[in-house]
Amino acid sequence: MPTIYARGQKGRKALALPELSRPEEELLRKIPEGMRRREPPLLPEVSQPELVRHYTHLSRLNYGVDTGFYPLGSCTMKYNPKLHEDLSRLPGFTGLHPLLPEEEVQGALAVLWELSEYLKGIAGMPGLTLQPAAGAHGELTGMFLIKRYFEDRGELPRREKILLPDSAHGTNPASAAMAGFRVVSIPSDRRGMVDLEALKRNLDETVAGIMLTVPNTLGIFEEDILEITKLVHEAGGLCYFDGANLNAFLGRARPGDMGADIFHFNLHKTFSTPHGGGGPGAGPLAVSEPLVPYLPVPEIVKDGEKFRLHYDKPKSIGRVHPYFGNFLVMVKALAYILTLGDEGMREVSAAAALAANYLRVRLKGTYKLPYDRLCKHEFVLSGEGLGEGIRTLDIAKRLIDYGFHPPTIYFPLIVREALMIEPTETEHKEVLDAFCEVMPKIAEEARTNPALLKEAPHHAPVRRLDEARAVRQPILREPFLGN
Amino acid sequence: MNPYIPHTKRDIEEMLSAVGLPDVEALFSDIPEEVLRRFKPLGLPPRDEIWVYRHITGLSQRSTGTKLIPFLGAGLYDHYVPPVVGHVLSRAEFYTAYTPYQPEISQGTLTWMFEYQTMVCELTGMEVANASMYDGATALAEAVYMAHRTVGGKVVLVPKSLNPNVREVLATYAWAAGLELVDVPYDENGQLRLGETPEGTSALVVQEPNFFGVVEDLSGLKERLGKAFLIVYVNPIALGILEPPGKFGADAVVGEGQVLGLPLSFGGPLLGIFATKMEHLRRMPGRLSGRTVDTEGKEGYVMAFQTREQHIRREEATSNICTNSALCALAATVYLAALGPEGLRKIALLSLERAHSLAERIFSLPGFRPAFPGPFLYEFSVRCPDAQAAVRRLREERIAVAGPELLEKCGVENALLVAVTEKRTPEELDLFVQALSSLAAEVPAAGFKKG
Amino acid sequence: MVPKELRYTKDHEWVRLENGKARVGITEHAQKSLGDIVYVELPPVGKEVKKGERAATVESVKAVGEVFAPVSGKVVEVNETVTKSPDLINKDPYGQGWLFVLAIADSKEVETLLTPEAYEEFVKGGG
Repeated sequence: MPTIYARGQKGRKALALPELSRPEEELLRKIPEGMRRREPPLLPEVSQPELVRHYTHLSRLNYGVDTGFYPLGSCTMKYNPKLHEDLSRLPGFTGLHPLLPEEEVQGALAVLWELSEYLKGIAGMPGLTLQPAAGAHGELTGMFLIKRYFEDRGELPRREKILLPDSAHGTNPASAAMAGFRVVSIPSDRRGMVDLEALKRNLDETVAGIMLTVPNTLGIFEEDILEITKLVHEAGGLCYFDGANLNAFLGRARPGDMGADIFHFNLHKTFSTPHGGGGPGAGPLAVSEPLVPYLPVPEIVKDGEKFRLHYDKPKSIGRVHPYFGNFLVMVKALAYILTLGDEGMREVSAAAALAANYLRVRLKGTYKLPYDRLCKHEFVLSGEGLGEGIRTLDIAKRLIDYGFHPPTIYFPLIVREALMIEPTETEHKEVLDAFCEVMPKIAEEARTNPALLKEAPHHAPVRRLDEARAVRQPILREPFLGN
Repeated sequence: MNPYIPHTKRDIEEMLSAVGLPDVEALFSDIPEEVLRRFKPLGLPPRDEIWVYRHITGLSQRSTGTKLIPFLGAGLYDHYVPPVVGHVLSRAEFYTAYTPYQPEISQGTLTWMFEYQTMVCELTGMEVANASMYDGATALAEAVYMAHRTVGGKVVLVPKSLNPNVREVLATYAWAAGLELVDVPYDENGQLRLGETPEGTSALVVQEPNFFGVVEDLSGLKERLGKAFLIVYVNPIALGILEPPGKFGADAVVGEGQVLGLPLSFGGPLLGIFATKMEHLRRMPGRLSGRTVDTEGKEGYVMAFQTREQHIRREEATSNICTNSALCALAATVYLAALGPEGLRKIALLSLERAHSLAERIFSLPGFRPAFPGPFLYEFSVRCPDAQAAVRRLREERIAVAGPELLEKCGVENALLVAVTEKRTPEELDLFVQALSSLAAEVPAAGFKKG
Repeated sequence: MVPKELRYTKDHEWVRLENGKARVGITEHAQKSLGDIVYVELPPVGKEVKKGERAATVESVKAVGEVFAPVSGKVVEVNETVTKSPDLINKDPYGQGWLFVLAIADSKEVETLLTPEAYEEFVKGGG
């Protein structure tokens, strides 16, 4: 895949820029000699059509939600409405500097305030910050809040451990560790839920809290959720809920009613904002009453018809974002909530759970379903036992040949050769049916012609790539000659 | 009806019957009754697209701030964003894709990530760059964490001339990790005055140019730090004309990439730049695209060194970051490719030229003088007879600047911070000078104080 | 088939006893389940490790394998060659792919190691 550096010619330009009115040498003298750049950075020199063709070409090597079915478990790859894209590009939003005085940014503060109020209502929790820039950033902020809470109560360093089900997303242990907590894993039981006995054994005066994903990463709702949060609270701990799977119960249940103390939203999952090839997202964080004093500053408050920024919060953890968070992402989420209303949100979880259960029931004859029970928005199959030497990776790559994005693979870790499938509510039944026809076909190919899978994909811009080589002989930037 | 759910009544019936459930409510029988009973709706009716379009557009028009002429910078800058950037970003194959975990159908993303990494290395003079962090502030916090992991120590030297918003984020992260931020003062030029390096120093942070707009001299700093990290927080546009920190032995270069083709956007999304040396590769946070070949020997890209990341290494990962600022990094890539080396240098010099021309005129007004005489590029601090009055006067001419509150956090009293980009016109500069000169005339000469 | 002259652990390390010293590596089974090994981190020579403590790390592209000290002791030698060519562990796990040598602190701990037969049983049982 040639990069932009392979295009263009020395001296070629893509833009007409204004001319300088003073000689360059005179201007450069404003910089102390030792700090003046000696050699220009090697950047591409391309014409505008070359530039546009290059990136148009690259875009066509990608697969997105607008290309086709993207059943990537735990990522909620739902359709990204185009209305939101236009709204987020309104000059009244894009042109605003965040350090303008509050009276000059009332429209933007209104967006933040409206969205905060709706998210609090959706969470069923009284406090919220919009600052976290992503889900994992929300988790980290949540861990900071837990730390400050116990610091304020004089319970540090005693409360040093965070409990985590073994089915947790990798960001959970990483966030807890980054905030200086020790991570203790709690096994799942045969139902795929938190093992209550194991939980009880780990509940003591050193517990700072538990991080739960609801429903869990098997797509199963923790039936004992009220018991779990009660036990943790009785032990003096706090309950963190990872909201990556909110699509499963949006509009019909609230984490605050389940005993959550902290809950992060992924606006780029549940609230339809695009993933951008990896970001940006937004990870607002809702909290229960005891944690409200510790939330980041500033807080956005409504004072009559005016919005104000409130900084005077002596117990706050401080800032986790230099400004207010990923504002343009919030504009899109607000538009989504307003379009759907209560009824539309309730339909989201119904259609998401219906599609997931439909696929689960139709596929479980051909693929192992280690936890065969009602699921929510996603479920996990196993790629084991399809044929000698066939691995889940091979199934995933073969799906590419059939025009589908593969599900999440090898996660959660508690299922061998996992295939985690999340169809979302926006996928058409015709597409779900086509997927249900292709999956058994691949299982059949695994028996009759395993090479088809082993060598897949056959119809992608590249064949299977040598990932070991990328680490053994790392090339992480264009290696210019003489550089 | 939710407009984004395509199912017909018949589709729903067919799926329900396949699942063997009477209605969709039965899909939620596993949620405890008590939880379902406590649920309260928001009281929001569904709205049509036209209503939503009008409502949100209305909110966008309610801010008076976009009608002001921005001489306001202080970390985010009003540079020109060429439309070609927005058009590339509008390709849905880019923005509706997930993180490129399936490389065979993500070569578009992985290729531009590789290009971006190359460009960041070129700008900063570093050996390896990740494919983005959330913003400059958290990129700095992560660099400080990396320094701590690498060399130990609990002391982080932070100049008083660091952007206060960035410093506040760093302070939150430092507190959580039990790190101590120790102030480094500035001298009469506004430049860093580094004393002895205390025992247990993990890192020194330097902002280039610093919050006052003053260019710091990076030479000799690394030598004085020994194994402790030199972390430079940069404005990447400035690197079009400033010697890259890599040349001065920096261990990590981080910065706010908003200036590279992103609008101000009320402060988000932003772009965290993060670059370091190859020797720190295994301790660095964030995603990396690496070049390799496929089974037929064709060149392609994959995510490399994933064992550093949270999805594999969990609590021992180098960071918890997952979702980053990918699309913003694509904007920066397209922006830098559109400018080329000459264009980048020109944007930096145009801003410098206009800033100096404005500064010369302001400082010729009685009572207005530089808060620091140190060298500057596109932003400078102005000590005023009455900074609050100056802000008000400028506002009457529809001009926005960074008011004195931010500089006060850095210990600078009664001063404004003025930023000038290539977008500011001669007429806007005139207006600025006129506004202040009217103020200078209003203030009796006896009212000026030295000091 | 596992080499008969070696002893084993349930964490898939092998041990070659050499005059009060223990040469340690990972088994064929371990290298296979990890896949292409791309990186090895070895302990510094002179480090004291306790039985069961993490002594080295072996990474493939998408997995991290911890290597635990099979017995307590002091690290007296490490295999620098595998840090440069980690694929030796895939190619020759019991030979050129060795990782480190421990001076055994307590010879009684050797008795806790698995015999080749016991290890084979363990692997067959899905361990």
